[in-house]
Amino acid sequence: MSAKERVLKTVSDLGLPRLTVILFLIALFVLGAVRGVPVVDLISNSIGRFAMNAMLTLSMVPAIQCGIGPNFGLPVGIIAGLLGLVISMEFGLTGFTGLFTAMALGILLGVVFGVLYGHLLNRVKGQEMMVGTYVGFAIVSGMCMFWLLMPFKNPRLIWTLGGEGLRVTISLSDFFSNVLDNLLAIRVGTFRFPTGLVLFIAAVAVLYRLFEYSRLGTAMDLAGQNEQFARAAGISVEKMRVAGTALSTAMGALGIVLYAQSYGFVQLYTAPLMMAFPAVAAVLIGGATPRTASISNAIIGTLMFQTLLAITVPVTQSVIGGDISEIVRLIVSNGMVIYALTRGQGGGNNGS
Amino acid sequence: MAQEYVLEMRGVSKQYYGNYVLKKVDLKVRAGEIHGLVGENGAGKSTLMNILFGMPVIHATGGYEGEVRLGGEAVRFLTPGDALAAGVGMVHQEFMLLPTFSVAENIKLNREPLIPTPLSRLFSPRLSKIDMSKVRSDARRALDTIGLGIDELLPVVGLPIGFMQFIEVAREIDKTGVRVLVFDEPTALLTESEAEQLLAALKRIASTGVAIIFISHRLEEVRSICDNITVLRDGEVVATTPASQATITMLAELMVGRKTERPDLGQRAVEPSDDDIVLEISNLEVDMPGEEVKGLTLSVRRGEILGIGGLAGQGKIGIANGIMGIFPSRGSVKKDGVEIPLNRPGEAYKHGIAFLSEDRKGVGLILDRPIDYNISVVASLTKGDFLRNLPLGIRIRDKKAATAYAQQAIKDLDIRCTGPSQRVRHLSGGNQQKVCIARALALRPEVLLVSEPTRGIDVGAKEKILDLLVSMNRKQGMTIVLTSSELAELRRVSDRIAIIYDGKLVDILSPDDENAKFGLAMAGKKVNGA
Repeated sequence: MSAKERVLKTVSDLGLPRLTVILFLIALFVLGAVRGVPVVDLISNSIGRFAMNAMLTLSMVPAIQCGIGPNFGLPVGIIAGLLGLVISMEFGLTGFTGLFTAMALGILLGVVFGVLYGHLLNRVKGQEMMVGTYVGFAIVSGMCMFWLLMPFKNPRLIWTLGGEGLRVTISLSDFFSNVLDNLLAIRVGTFRFPTGLVLFIAAVAVLYRLFEYSRLGTAMDLAGQNEQFARAAGISVEKMRVAGTALSTAMGALGIVLYAQSYGFVQLYTAPLMMAFPAVAAVLIGGATPRTASISNAIIGTLMFQTLLAITVPVTQSVIGGDISEIVRLIVSNGMVIYALTRGQGGGNNGS
Repeated sequence: MAQEYVLEMRGVSKQYYGNYVLKKVDLKVRAGEIHGLVGENGAGKSTLMNILFGMPVIHATGGYEGEVRLGGEAVRFLTPGDALAAGVGMVHQEFMLLPTFSVAENIKLNREPLIPTPLSRLFSPRLSKIDMSKVRSDARRALDTIGLGIDELLPVVGLPIGFMQFIEVAREIDKTGVRVLVFDEPTALLTESEAEQLLAALKRIASTGVAIIFISHRLEEVRSICDNITVLRDGEVVATTPASQATITMLAELMVGRKTERPDLGQRAVEPSDDDIVLEISNLEVDMPGEEVKGLTLSVRRGEILGIGGLAGQGKIGIANGIMGIFPSRGSVKKDGVEIPLNRPGEAYKHGIAFLSEDRKGVGLILDRPIDYNISVVASLTKGDFLRNLPLGIRIRDKKAATAYAQQAIKDLDIRCTGPSQRVRHLSGGNQQKVCIARALALRPEVLLVSEPTRGIDVGAKEKILDLLVSMNRKQGMTIVLTSSELAELRRVSDRIAIIYDGKLVDILSPDDENAKFGLAMAGKKVNGA
């Protein structure tokens, strides 16, 4: 193979979207270093954002594998997770007790919501992405009333001065903010590595890998890969799709709990409205397609996408004195979503 | 002399990627003649007609050799539009009718007589008004020609199927300047009386001077209506004869061809017999679109290779799909006397039956997964093979075992690939089929149902696949039910051949029976005695 062929092969293996992002990242790092932006901070920031978002991206994997495509209905899971969070806080639970209660409640509700949502998706086969988006919008809007009307009593959650209903943003600092981040955390100067959270995500990734090799995981993946093949092998494709959707929704619930403990705040009302898009974009940048995805796609994709977001702000500020990170975020995440929608039912991984 | 023929095809050959599917075919049709074209599936009838119509598929694959003359002039149609303009018409097998439009509107569809309006004068003729009274009268005339006394203003929706066929015919003969009309299996969907009516209409059309090419599998129809008959086999004209001199037996024999010599397939310890039945199918009905099975009763002897033959669309493909639960079915299937629940995919696997689907890429393979995964995954799911134990009683797929098995299979079946981790998408058709066979073997079945194993596979690989099936049968005693459209293939390897017609069993023949018997059975006629 000549050098030219090798370059061409690498490019086609990577795919254009990934290549573009990688080149852009390298350019930003170089530019940042030249302009004297502290690179250590950039890396530290990137890792922090990666850990915060990784679980939300991972939740895309079971959805794609079971055949419903990227889970644009991620807000369904996020709502389940938020419910887990506020219920745990309402009881005044703090530290790891509070965190794990929130996780357990979130996952439980996520499974319930996910099963219902999965049955809905079975009725709209072929349009999961579009329907999922609107189910997400609908549940977020519906929950706006719920947050306001539910009889939560803990004064740290509800509006001050005798108000009723939950606040838009609730601080977790009195409950369990950063407890997992700080577990075994490594700090060198301004560099910070959230060991606990990263280990937790790694554990989930390993467990999921095992699940992929189990009979249930295999059957679920087959249902997504080739419905006719799966049916001929005696697999109920519909059940597998519901199982995959429930798993994805539960992982989404877990994802928002981890996100909140890392961020230090719980954001209610319209905050979850657009949260599916970065997760979808990340897994696709990582090399997934609407039909195939793996844990490594999610990890690599989150790393690339979040690094991109983390370093655009300081670097562009140093160059043009303005903040274009929001613009970059919108272009990249919406661009990837369009890419996903146009690839639609198109099969195949890259390079095949 | 040449002027006499409206249509002349001289020395027409066509190759697809080096394989000749038509070899120097000559076809001559006079004005007013009904010319029958018969042949097995794959004999080249459709390719020949595609050339006549200038179908894109012909030119996309390198065109054709030879000459087509219409009314004495050499023509070479590049699009179906050219053919239509030159007066070549076709009555489609599938109805191309708009259901909510009336009969008359359907007949004149896209050729409506127009009345100019100010708008059309100003902009484009497309904005003209349709002359409805002329639409009606033209349609009426066409309907009268074929003898259909139906109100031309009725909407098509709700009409009996037979009428739809007539409307298609009326549309073709309404076209001005039609010189050659092709009917491709026009009676396939009709009842007997409708078919008679249609044939009478055909004769009336021919008497107006139109040349008709009539393609049908119903040999008696062809013999009774046609003036001359051309028989195609394997892309060659084997005979052109006046219909008056042809007999059905003769046509059947010509269609099927000479006996293919049957190689020695090796001896068995115990010859299969009716005393030891492994699979008992009774009154099986399968709702497989286009391949319906309508009450089939058939017993499979243990250790035999049973061939299932018949023309396309007669239901032979539906049988295995019904047993495997892929399409809805009724009736009873017993394996070793134990009833296999129907309509429950996966059940048949548990009873030791495996299936190689005719739809290799759809049902047979996961294209974007590696070879070892494709071979082992069904065995993992249905039989719990290729699994390993983890603590807490968790069992997961054992990739090492799957890879090792795949490596052995690659060697045994001679699968050409870069290794067990290559994706099956990148394999050739023959090698993909071998992966399917390896997958079926991984289930260690007692009975293997194989559908169209050599379809779309090059000649060399075909031989290997058949040899493989024979060796599995002889060495491992596996019972094989081989469904194929290629009679020659069935006769080469089968012990007995069941011929299916109209969803039912017609006859079980020996591979050594004469050609005429096969030809007649495939046309639905059972010959009694020797």
